[in-house]
Amino acid sequence: MYSAEQLKVYSLLADVKDPEVPVLSILDLGIVRNVEISDQGGKQNVHVYITPTYSGCPAMDAIAIGIRMALTGRGFGSIQVTHQLQPAWTTDWMTEEGKRKLKEYGIAPPQRKSTEKLALFEEENIACPRCESTDTQLVSRYGPTSCKSLYKCNSCLEPFEHFKCH
Amino acid sequence: MKLSYILHLADDALVLGHRMSEWCGHGPVLEQDIAMTNTALDLLGRARTLYQYAADLYNQMPVEQRAKMFSSVSLQKLDAAGEKAEEDTMPYLRDSWDFKNVLIAEQPNGDWAQSVARSLFVDCFYYYYFDQLQHCTDATIAAVAEKSLKEVTYHLKWSSEWVIRLGDGTDESHEKMQTAINELWSYTGEMFEEADYETSLRDELKLPELAAIKAKWQKHIEEVLEDATMKLPTATWMQKGGKNGMHSEHLGYVLAELQFMQRVYPSMQW
Ligand SMILES: [Zn+2]
Repeated sequence: MYSAEQLKVYSLLADVKDPEVPVLSILDLGIVRNVEISDQGGKQNVHVYITPTYSGCPAMDAIAIGIRMALTGRGFGSIQVTHQLQPAWTTDWMTEEGKRKLKEYGIAPPQRKSTEKLALFEEENIACPRCESTDTQLVSRYGPTSCKSLYKCNSCLEPFEHFKCH
Repeated sequence: MKLSYILHLADDALVLGHRMSEWCGHGPVLEQDIAMTNTALDLLGRARTLYQYAADLYNQMPVEQRAKMFSSVSLQKLDAAGEKAEEDTMPYLRDSWDFKNVLIAEQPNGDWAQSVARSLFVDCFYYYYFDQLQHCTDATIAAVAEKSLKEVTYHLKWSSEWVIRLGDGTDESHEKMQTAINELWSYTGEMFEEADYETSLRDELKLPELAAIKAKWQKHIEEVLEDATMKLPTATWMQKGGKNGMHSEHLGYVLAELQFMQRVYPSMQW
């Protein structure tokens, strides 16, 4: 399905981290939509398509630079990174591996499918990433980054972040 | 015409986003300061994509037509120098009469109640609007709508909750919330009035029917106000003009701050 060159690019991209959640690679996050390779006089030009998690995500520029850094000096020709909006990124594209890493890091991963819409005032039942208790409460819809909200665990009393289903 | 429409969408997002960013460092509690700025970031992100698209359309337009459409000397200088417009060109180099945002977006933050009332009215509009606009025949606009719909769904949840919390709160918070809703009410009508550029593009682009959006909007606002033990304003006279470049004085102040660096140090980057 993938060519050898594409696989090489993907293996290098596995080392590019989300600067705001540094345990996750951009592949774990599911923001790499496509890798195109074109041959130009024996040099392999690389074109990586990434999709922002949120419209104004300030990490996108850092991620684009990270991709260039990871691919530079690896024998490729030109390296191009394009931001692609459609289809819109969803937490459904986050890998199971990514969700596991998030939880280990202390962030409760998204748990529903993004297509299951909640009613206006309905809340999700989020399990504490530390003690697994579901006796938790939403402290704030918005956290330090657009993709997270703030919770508190009523069992172990620890505050934690939740990666919002989106 | 398409350029005007794109600018209208972009200006709405930029100007409201700028207003919300003014809360940065001034929110009543840290979490809500962050909520405002997170939303501002979503809006600026939406504006960026649209301004890039606007710049592409501007660059494809014959120079004579550009001069007819915009009076800004800065834009004419750009053309005279043979330079291309880019993402920052439209937000930084146009004058206030070339901005096409709705008047409600530029209204000052006021107190917390006024800011959340403004958010409720605009979030609710865009929630139903993008739900339709994602089926637009223009691929870029449809992509922005699809992306923004997810974000505005969350914004609407937040602003609805705040209106209910304050309306159904203490006597003082109830009064402030009702006052804010009443004062901003006359700015809501404009969102449902089609500008010429929308009318001329409606069939070609499959733009949302504003009358249908209005019915859904009204229903949601009524529900929220009822939960908030508040009254729906009855005033019928509505402000308008922003979509066609006639603004309140407030936009001038927003632009004075927003455009200052680019006006004083043209083409500077950091
Ligand atoms: Zn716990």
